[in-house]
Amino acid sequence: MSRRPTMTLDDERAAGAPAASPADGGPDEPARRRPARRGRRGGAGGPRKWEIYLPLGLYLAFTLIPFYWMLLYAFRPAGRTGFLPWPLTFEHFSTVWNSVGFGVYFQNSLKVGVVALITTTVIALAGGYALARYRFRGRTLFLVAMLCTQFIPGAMMLIPLFEIFRELQLVNSLWSLVIAETVFQLPLSLILISGFVRNVPVELEEAAWVDGCSRLRGFLTVVLPLLRPGLVAVGSFAFIHSWNNFLFALMFLSEQEKYTVPVGLNYMIGEYGADFGALAAGGVVAALPVVLVFAVIQRYLVQGLSAGAVKG
Amino acid sequence: MAIAEATTAGRGTPQPRRRRRRRPARGPRTPYLLITPSVLLMLGFLVYPVAGVFYYSLQRYNITKPWDNGFAGLGNFRDMLGDDLFWQSLGFSAEWVAATVGFQLVLGLALALLVNETFVGRALARALVFSPWAISGVLTTSIWILLYSPTTGFTPYLADLGLVEHGSSPLSDTGSVFPAAVLTELWRGVPFFAILLLADLQSIPKDLYEAASVDGATRLRRFWHITLPHLKDAIILATLLRAVWEFNNVDLLYTLTGGGPAHQTTTLPLYVAQKATVAHEFGYGSALTTAAFLILLFFSILYLRLSKFGGERS
Repeated sequence: MSRRPTMTLDDERAAGAPAASPADGGPDEPARRRPARRGRRGGAGGPRKWEIYLPLGLYLAFTLIPFYWMLLYAFRPAGRTGFLPWPLTFEHFSTVWNSVGFGVYFQNSLKVGVVALITTTVIALAGGYALARYRFRGRTLFLVAMLCTQFIPGAMMLIPLFEIFRELQLVNSLWSLVIAETVFQLPLSLILISGFVRNVPVELEEAAWVDGCSRLRGFLTVVLPLLRPGLVAVGSFAFIHSWNNFLFALMFLSEQEKYTVPVGLNYMIGEYGADFGALAAGGVVAALPVVLVFAVIQRYLVQGLSAGAVKG
Repeated sequence: MAIAEATTAGRGTPQPRRRRRRRPARGPRTPYLLITPSVLLMLGFLVYPVAGVFYYSLQRYNITKPWDNGFAGLGNFRDMLGDDLFWQSLGFSAEWVAATVGFQLVLGLALALLVNETFVGRALARALVFSPWAISGVLTTSIWILLYSPTTGFTPYLADLGLVEHGSSPLSDTGSVFPAAVLTELWRGVPFFAILLLADLQSIPKDLYEAASVDGATRLRRFWHITLPHLKDAIILATLLRAVWEFNNVDLLYTLTGGGPAHQTTTLPLYVAQKATVAHEFGYGSALTTAAFLILLFFSILYLRLSKFGGERS
């Protein structure tokens, strides 16, 4: 359901196109291709080239200028002006990493993100497999409950979760974040994974059982390798979500050595007359991991989100 | 590695039985064992806390004033009805949701249609326009603070042109703070809509368009009669999810405007978050939360009813 053949085809074509165009001098190629297609569509045809590139260019400017502005301030020496980060400097990064404490925050965020990624994926994998492969009493109830949780606001949970973590002695511990993140990511991840499992033909597993595999062995050797792209997507969602979480971290962590990156950023924003170079460098540090993860998963994003949110 | 380990752990108990029987029966126990961790986590950290909110909403409860704690009955709710800030934040929540979701839907749909066309550089263009999707509210704020600040942003350039006063910031002016916050939210919010709608756009059979073209339908008519009806359910669902999300979204406003100036940009959940993190008024905060939850539930159901979600297909 989630993986549509058209998508794969389109992607290959799109991925091939930019690589091909610089070689043959760019604009000629699509120009030759396009009239032919328009002819086939009977004159009512697709949009002209400028009708795509003009709005796209405007939107790209809106998206990219803020990113560029951050990079500009992060890499430009304090007191300089101009639209190029020149001469290039790393002084803001050393300020942020050492004096402000982003070195520690970064480690904390990374720990929470990685552990939450693992717990979320593993627990969701077990539940998702059960949903996809078994009919059992309470299955529908479980599914509906899962969808309902999407409506529970995080801000609403601040007070009672704080109370629970206080009783568990987990306030000021990164585990409170791991638990909260896992719980909030679990429903969507579980629904996504059950969709991915359903895409694996059950016959493949049955063939393994006939060959003498246990259900577990069949799962590990047949299903799990096929789930890899799906698990990468789900794990990445969990990591990004946890990396970005602010409110829980703000509420549950009070010692500076426990802060995560968003909390650190928040306190930098709060200081007025702030060191904008350092703030921008902190932003770059905060952006780097999610941008890297995004670059890896953005191909799956369209299928993944639709499988979870629309088809779920 | 960890995945393999944990699945082994999660499935350890039923395994010997399976071995003996060889062909796994759809035994009654396995699925329950598999969902147990999820169910336990959700009971402990979602259901129980939600019940906690309802309980605290009936209590006087402030962790900084333990001597004053106790049962309050409906006192918190009575206070709420007389609290101007509650009504003001409720009103602003409505404005905020309407503005951000409305613009995100229109721009997101346009963007999805745009990157669904075939053109050179499409894969790269998609990756770039979707990239703010992964950026957190706090990070969005730190980026846009740079743009809005009177010293580092674009206001000096506008001031040089005589459009605004020197030293002003869109965030400190009561007239411009709302559009400034909405614009910031759009920057990272539009990709979500675009991604969801793009997925559905790709599932529209191509021959529908070709057939329509043969019949001489214009692009606008094809959009109106093929694309839009096909996207209807996705649009309804994406809008609802986003409205709930925007209503609950606290990170951006908390850091960007702090709810100010003069509580002008305080949404109801932001008001709750401030009550919880700064004032520690857990009882009153819980009452506000209960109200927010009921309001959200009411409008979600109303919206799904009115939009006849899934009506034609099921």
